[in-house]
Amino acid sequence: MAIREVLGLYRDLDSAVAAADALREAGFSRSEFEVLSNAPYPEGTFGEESGIHRLFVFPLIGAACGFAAGLLITGGTQLSFPLLTGGKPLLSIPPMIIIMYEGTMLGALIFTVLGVLFESRLPWIGRALYDPRITQGYIGILVRTAPEREAKAIEALRKANPEDILTENGNVGKQPARS
Amino acid sequence: MQERHRLGEEEITRELFRPLVTTTPMMWVGFIGLGAVLAIFVFAVSWMFYWGLGVTGLQRPNMWGFMIVNFVFWIGISHAGVMISAILRLTQAEWRRPVTRAAEVMTIFSLMTAMLHPVIHTGRPWRTLYWVFPYDFWRNLWPDVRGPLVWDPSAILTYLTGSTLFLYTTMIPDMALARDRTTGWRRVLYTILALGWRGNERQWKMQTIAGFLLSGLILPVFVSVHSIVSWDFAVSLVPTWHATVFAPYFVIGAIHSGVSAVVTLMALMRWLFRFDHYIRLEHFDAIGRLLIAVGTGWLWFFLLDIFFAIYPQEARELEIMQFRLFQWPFNVLTALIFIFGYFIPVPIWIFQRFRRNVKIMFWTSILVNVGMWAERYWLIKPGLMRKYELTFDWNWYRPSIVEVSIVLGSFALVGFLLLVFSKIFPPISVWEEKEGQHFAQQLQVGKRVVNAIVREF
Repeated sequence: MAIREVLGLYRDLDSAVAAADALREAGFSRSEFEVLSNAPYPEGTFGEESGIHRLFVFPLIGAACGFAAGLLITGGTQLSFPLLTGGKPLLSIPPMIIIMYEGTMLGALIFTVLGVLFESRLPWIGRALYDPRITQGYIGILVRTAPEREAKAIEALRKANPEDILTENGNVGKQPARS
Repeated sequence: MQERHRLGEEEITRELFRPLVTTTPMMWVGFIGLGAVLAIFVFAVSWMFYWGLGVTGLQRPNMWGFMIVNFVFWIGISHAGVMISAILRLTQAEWRRPVTRAAEVMTIFSLMTAMLHPVIHTGRPWRTLYWVFPYDFWRNLWPDVRGPLVWDPSAILTYLTGSTLFLYTTMIPDMALARDRTTGWRRVLYTILALGWRGNERQWKMQTIAGFLLSGLILPVFVSVHSIVSWDFAVSLVPTWHATVFAPYFVIGAIHSGVSAVVTLMALMRWLFRFDHYIRLEHFDAIGRLLIAVGTGWLWFFLLDIFFAIYPQEARELEIMQFRLFQWPFNVLTALIFIFGYFIPVPIWIFQRFRRNVKIMFWTSILVNVGMWAERYWLIKPGLMRKYELTFDWNWYRPSIVEVSIVLGSFALVGFLLLVFSKIFPPISVWEEKEGQHFAQQLQVGKRVVNAIVREF
């Protein structure tokens, strides 16, 4: 099913919140629009954000992989080159712990960053409506909806005094065109 | 006390991007001055490579000298950057915002500089690299994981990788901001680094959680790294090195010198980039209070190290300790460490009016690091240059001009890299400053209006 995008740009927070409220009143669910800004706002400013994430799983997987790699390197090297020193056991546990610890932490760190990128859907190379004014401080409300509801979305966004409204066909203006 | 100025979005962006677009005369002086010292550094290293380690003061049994001392010093400096950043993020301390980016960058450049030292210290680094990369597995030879010289690179590389990822993750939103405001090669660079960041709620949520998660993960690594660096010495049998207290002692020493280096950096950023609205006196006040605690903790471990050397009454330990405390030039060095590392700066930091004086904070932080460099030398050298049982030969260590140039050049290298970084990337996190503005509110308390930070817990 084709999805159309509409981006409303707002100069201040109050207008953006009003636009989010107007969209909800018009029957748009929270998963149908997202808020774009240049800095995070406290959670719940624009209503409950949808979407669960599994970021906390990534460091655990990374830690397990790193631990396994550390074990393999330390145990494997000592067993591959069995050099008995002073009649002591071949596998020397204390130094193995050091390498395994560093391996565990390295794995957890790398996988956390991979998790952050994955859960943030980065790198983003697809097409989506965007305006550089967002990083200047404007707040964007991006609606993704069915083509037949596009006009309704534009109408809702216009209620909150937008600076501009952009669609895939270009700027449609903040006021409806006079016939 | 909140001394925050209400700043507009555009004003914050313009001011924090200023170093990227304008180069002040002071910055030029910095570039030229540091570049000149860096040229001496390159010449000294090249000279040493050409003529061999004979041009240094290294000889038996003093095979570790200025370069290894400097390695330990820079590892120490690198520690506080990420530590400060991580602790302040975890505790959601509001004054972290202008400090974290520069502290993290300092960590990375200090670590890189530190890692350079053991490599050039080999005298013929290309031969070392030839035998290490790729490792000679085909002859069934493996690194001995039982040796600290394998633990050390594994820990440092973990820390460097983690710190770099930590810094990069928190820089992505600012890369998007830079992407939208630049043209030419800068736009290409920032577009690649921004990874298509758009700033939706999910991305901000991940960014916030990433701050906590990565901080929580990097802190144990930070503690482990300097512990492991201390084991380069502590697991040997050299008197005064062979001490169980070395790991925490090195860590607290690293924090003392590193936090002081953050103060130096904050003062320089305020003067060079005119970031008075962001790096405020309240920040110096807060970090000064932290330094009193850290410095006193360091003093305790410094005394413990001496105490543990004396208490068992072992002849070889006493011999070196007597040498360190009472014989020229180490007796003077001991006094310098005490005075510069603690007895001048800490009593000064007790007074709030001094903590809120940028010049005094700058010079006391420099003093601490002079003391801490001397402390590294004091810890490492006497044990090597003194006779005790089973010592085949012993000798004084006299650093050559080449080694002195390398040490001075390392400071220029870190400074130069920091300046180059601030010409390409904003040295203060722009999005975090803007986030701080969202939380800053004015509250009516009785008849008064006071500045406050409103935060959801």
